[in-house]
This record gives sequence, C-alpha cells and structure tokens, in this order.
Amino acid sequence: MRRRPWAIGFVIFLGLVLSGGGYAAATNVVQAEVSSADQVAEGRKLFLANCASCHGSNGEGAIGGPSLIGVGAASVDFQVGTGRMPGQASGPQLYKKPVQFTEEQISAMAAYVASLAPGPAIPDAEYLKTTGDDIDMTHGSELFRINCAMCHNAVGAGGALTQGKFAPALGGVTEKHIYEAMVTGPQNMPVFNDANLTPEDKRDIIAYLKYVEEADSVGGYELASIGPVAEGLFVWIFGLGFIIAITVWLGAKAN
Amino acid sequence: MSTNTEQKPTTFIGGAANYLDERLSLGGVLKNFGRKVFPDHWSFMLGEVAMYSFVVLLISGTFLTFFYQPSMASVHYEGSYAPLKGAEMSIAYASSLDISFDIRGGLLMRQVHHWAALLFVAAAGLHMLRVFFTGAFRKPRELNWLVGFFLFLAAMGGGFTGYSLPDDLLSGNGLRIIDGMLKAIPFIGPSISSGLFGGEFPGDEIVARLYSLHIMIIPALIIVLLAVHLMMVIIHKHTHYSGPGKTDENVVGFPLMPVYVAKAGGFFFLVFGVLMAIAATFTINPIWNYGPYDPSPVSAGTQPDWYIGWLDGALRLAPSRMDVELLGVVLPFGVLLPLVISLAFLAVVAAYPFIEKWVTGDDREHHVLDRPRNAPTRTGIGAAGVVFYAVLWAGASTDLIATNFQMNLNQVLTSMQILLIIGPVIAFWVTKRACIALQRKDREIALHGRETGRVVRLPHGEYIEVHEQVDKYELWKLVDFKDYQPTLARPNAQGKITLGSKIRAALSSFYFEDRIAPVSKAEYELAHADHSPAPSVEKPKRKPRELVGKK
Repeated sequence: MRRRPWAIGFVIFLGLVLSGGGYAAATNVVQAEVSSADQVAEGRKLFLANCASCHGSNGEGAIGGPSLIGVGAASVDFQVGTGRMPGQASGPQLYKKPVQFTEEQISAMAAYVASLAPGPAIPDAEYLKTTGDDIDMTHGSELFRINCAMCHNAVGAGGALTQGKFAPALGGVTEKHIYEAMVTGPQNMPVFNDANLTPEDKRDIIAYLKYVEEADSVGGYELASIGPVAEGLFVWIFGLGFIIAITVWLGAKAN
Repeated sequence: MSTNTEQKPTTFIGGAANYLDERLSLGGVLKNFGRKVFPDHWSFMLGEVAMYSFVVLLISGTFLTFFYQPSMASVHYEGSYAPLKGAEMSIAYASSLDISFDIRGGLLMRQVHHWAALLFVAAAGLHMLRVFFTGAFRKPRELNWLVGFFLFLAAMGGGFTGYSLPDDLLSGNGLRIIDGMLKAIPFIGPSISSGLFGGEFPGDEIVARLYSLHIMIIPALIIVLLAVHLMMVIIHKHTHYSGPGKTDENVVGFPLMPVYVAKAGGFFFLVFGVLMAIAATFTINPIWNYGPYDPSPVSAGTQPDWYIGWLDGALRLAPSRMDVELLGVVLPFGVLLPLVISLAFLAVVAAYPFIEKWVTGDDREHHVLDRPRNAPTRTGIGAAGVVFYAVLWAGASTDLIATNFQMNLNQVLTSMQILLIIGPVIAFWVTKRACIALQRKDREIALHGRETGRVVRLPHGEYIEVHEQVDKYELWKLVDFKDYQPTLARPNAQGKITLGSKIRAALSSFYFEDRIAPVSKAEYELAHADHSPAPSVEKPKRKPRELVGKK
C-alpha cells in the first residue's frame, strides 16, 4: 500500500504533540501566575537595566549568562531574592550577598521572566508552613537524608563539591527560597520536580530543616554541626590545651 | 620480746591502720611503694592524663551499658525526639536516642564518655611524642615503648568500636569504609568481611559483635597493658631531665607518699572536672542529627573521630584508578596502597627504639633524658613523622577545608598529596638544622657565657663586652649529653663486610655525621684561662634590661 506523503509528517506531528504534552502533564509545570501587564512592563524595564547584559535583551541568554526562557518566576525569586543575582563575579559558583532589590522589584522581574514562557511558579503559602497536623517531619528528615544530605550535610551545614563548587549551608534560608531551590535547581543543584518530590514532600523537608534550625541544642554548643573534625580540633586545642596548662601549673610548684 | 615496748595507736586512723597492718602486712608494701621517687615535670603527667581519661571512660561507660541495647532488630522509634518519631530504626539506635533524650543524665554520660575517649587517645599520643623526643624509649625501656604502642592501638580500636555502636548514619558510613578496606585485601578480603559482618554488609550481627569487643575484650586488653606499662615504670624507675646530681644511676624527685598520692589524686579530679565541664557545655556526636543507618544515604562532612582520621586521610589522598587485574582478581591499589603505607608507618613507630639502638650500638642504660636538640637526627625524624601523620590527618577534612575556607576541593587534595611527600623531608631538614643551631648556641654559652650587651672600657683603654658566665647548675644542663660518632663498616670474624654492617654504617653516618660535641673539660678550662680573671670593673647600679627579671 502506498502512503500519502503527508502521512509521515502527520505521524511525526502526532508523536511530538503526544510526547511533549504528556511530558508537560507528567512534570506538572505550574503555569505562570496571572500578573498584571503593568507589573510585567515594570519587570522588563528592571530586567533591561540590570540583567540583559548577560541574559540577553529578551532573556534569550548571551555570553556569560544562560537563557531565562522557561526558568519561571521561582528561579528569579530565588536568585535575586537571595542576592546571588545580579552576579558579583564569574567563578565556579555564585555566593550569596546582600539583596539589591525590593520585594516589588523582584516580583516584577519574576513576572516578566514568567511571561516569557511557562516555568515553576513561586510556591503557595500552604507548602511553606512548618507546623500543623498534616506535616510529617519524620518523613521530611528521611527524604532529606536520602536526597539532600550527601551535599548539604545531615543538618544542612553545607559541604564541598568538585572544583570549587559547593553546597551552601541551609541555616537562615527562608522556607520560600528552599522550596524554590528544589523546583528550579539553581547553579549546581539538581531539580527536584513535583513528580520527584511532591509539594507535600518538599513541605515536610522544609519543616524538618526549620525544626533543626530553630530547636534548642540539647547537648550544648554545637561546634558548627560539622561533625567529628570540629570535635577533634576542640579536644586538641581547648581540652588538651587546658589540661596541659594544669600540668604546667602542677609541675611548676616544685621549682 | 622480753620487754613490752609496743605502742598502741591512740587515734582512730592509727588504730585502723594498725588493724590492717597486723592482718595484711600493708606496712611493708607501703614502705616499698610509698618511698618510690618520681621526678616532677609537666611533661611527665601526660600519660597520667590518658590514664585518668580511661578511668572516666570506665565509669561513664558502665552507666551507658545499663541502658544501651546492642541489637540490630528493627523497631519504630517512640521516644521524644520529634523529627524521628515513628521512624524505623535498629534497637541499638533507638536505645542510644533514649539515652540521649529520655534517660536522666544519659546525654551527659554519653557526652562525657565520648569526650573522654577523644582526650584519652590525644593525651596518649602526646605522651608518646614526649617519650620519643626525649629519648625515654632507650635501654632499658624499649619493651615499655612497645607496650605503650599497643596501648595506643588498643585505644584506637576501643574508640572505633564505640563510635560504631549507636548505629547511626555517621557510624554506619564508617563501618562501610572498613568493609570496603577489608574487601580490598586480595583473595581473602571478601571472606574476612563476610566473617566479620556475618554475611553481606551491613547484616544484623555487627553491632552486637562490636559491643562485645568494646565493653569486654578491648577494655580488658587496655587494663592488662596498662598494668604492665605501670609495672615497668616501677621496675625501671622514672627517667629525669638532665640537671646537677641527676645521673643514669639515680632518680631525683619526690616520694609517692605523700607528695604524689596527693598530687595525682588531685590531678585526677581536675581532669575529671575538665571533662565534665566540656561534656556539659559542648555537644559531641549528635546522633539524632545523623538519623538511623541506612546503606543508601551518605551525609556530607562524614568523618571518623580524630584518631582514625589519618587512616581516612590516607584513603582520600591515594590516587584513584590504580586497579590492576591479576589472575582474575582485581587489586584496588587506591585502597591497598594507603593500607600498606599506614601499616608500614605503624611498624616504623613500633620498631624505632630497636632501629636506633642498632644504629648507635649503645648498650648503656639511659635514665637521663635527652634534650631534643641534643639528638638532632632523631628529633628531625620525629618531626618528619609528625608532619606525615598531620598531613594524612588533615587529608581527612579536605572537604571541610574547602567549604569553610572557600577553596577548591580538588586543589586542596592535590596540595595535600604534594605536601605528604615533600612535607616530611622539609620538616626533617629544618628541624635537624634548628637543633644543631641550638646546640651551637649552647656551646657558645657554656664556653663564653651570655652576652649582656654591656660594653665596658678597661683601664688600659680596651673595650670589651661583658659576658655573664652561667652558673654551674645551668652549665651542667648545657654540657651533659652523650656524644655519638659515626661508626665504620667493619669486617666480621670471617673478614667479610656484610651488607648489614654496610647499612648500619650508612645509617650511622646519616645520624651522626653532622654533630656538635659537648663542651669538654679541657675546652672549658682553655676558654676560661684565656680571658680570666674576669674584668674587675664596678658594676653599674642599675641592672641592664636583659638581666632584669631573671632569677
């Protein structure tokens, strides 16, 4: 049987629609929030003045900066909201620094970038609460150990990655920014999308982290929670140091 | 006795002592031990610190055994630490959490036990360094050095087995590394591993087995070795630092009764007090942070306790991708090399007194300690060893150095690899030259005295700087040391120069080629005949600044 020439084209088109649509449905990309045209216009102005030199005048990316099409509002809110953007200097990884924009300005830029293409949105407040009956901290701590602790340390004290990259400490990071980091995977972090960790899972992880951060230390001063290295240094410098001072005192009596 | 001269004690203590003496002849023992003389110096108390830490370990450890359960059976946690409520974990971990949160005083006991363990090994290590650098391991104390060495190993073993008992994520990761190292041993490794873990890692046996080792075998070993160690100290008598009247035939110091009994007793409570204060104020090993052991996750910043750190560092610094396949067996040199190097390092430490004795051929007994500068090569070797160990030790925290000082992890690692090889060489030469320079200074002071910076004009117009002669007590310290000279390789009875004697001659020249001889009597007299009598000029009323505050 002879196929018509457009049949192949139709099959390819159908395949693309199905796989693309299926992927979009499966990864559950949150549609950009409806924002006012004014806010988008304001965001575009700020974007052109502060971001376009690296990210391109339409967010398409340029030398030194990746494309921002499809990164979503969450990404902008995280990067600018933690002071990482605008970047201070190129290097293996950007450091946190004082935030340079007001909340409204950040929202405007986020709205503008979200208007370019759909992407992860700024999370709803219901996934950012850290107390409540439906929160399962045990589940959160287990997920944290399995997915996060290998880079961020068991209590989020941070850790080293290769070639100057690092996983930052998580103390003092707001609930919103932790959530956004998980859905957008900033810098060297992998993306934990909603199929991977559901919004409820993310909420439980955040609740665990906040518990660790806010709970009083039961054993006394924590020595930065970096484990046996700090303990070893402490015992050699202060423990043994103090004991040696005592031995010198005891030994000096005889002279 | 014909006449009744026996006096009955009148006080209660006297009566009690007399009661015991009449029944147990304690008087003789006390007379013997009570008059034992020990010299006084702060560096002689480091071993004591280790022993007192061990006593604290025994006391706090006993408390912990009342509540700890060494079982790997699974339970759901129902204690009071919120983020783990309902989590599945081993009974061992759950009982460790209970000790920390639900048993009164449990956390303090856990913390004091752990801090005491760290201090125990640290004080023992420092004590070993003191013995090494002062040459206290020389005849007749070589065997006691070996006993001490095994005590140190037992302390490391005791620490590691204890670290693994809570069955948390951190200690499980540590055990996984041990498992990996065992499995790397060619041919027999996998069998050793499955023998230890009772099957494939982690199994459900290991915690109970480590518990038996930790609370029974290793403490018993330490107690026995400690008893032998102390008995040898009594047999050999204690060493003392060089000084007037202190010789290889005597020991100068204070008697055990009453001076050291009081001093040592008080010192025990000071060490105990410091440990309790630390345990009450500083967290150690917060097991609740690490979570129950599960073979899949590994937390960043996973390190062993400090005394195992150098072994972890050796693993980290070893180059990877060095696997060789031989007869169908893969030899992972990235693991085997550190294993072999660490064992070789330990072997050299254990054998050092015997090596040095072979090189010097010195068969005399030594009870006067060396000042480190007077044995430049030994001190240099010691410094090289310390640097080698320290680089391996720091190698265990490459990741923390990188994050906390904002450096590149790979560059930190490479720097440490380079430092591991050249660091000890540099340390050896710098230390040896520094020792020789100090010896030169000592010689100068012994012969010509200290420069006072006071320039005077003699009646006939000559200007001289007044040198202050050291007194006889000081002089003794400067000149009292043994002078070794390099030996030559000599033929044996058959007239052949053996390889052994060649090596020995080479080592001997390595040790003693650069040396500063102590000032001899003739030299001293010559130096003083030259410009004596000392210039008889009136001393200025005000002392020169350099002298103010001395003596």
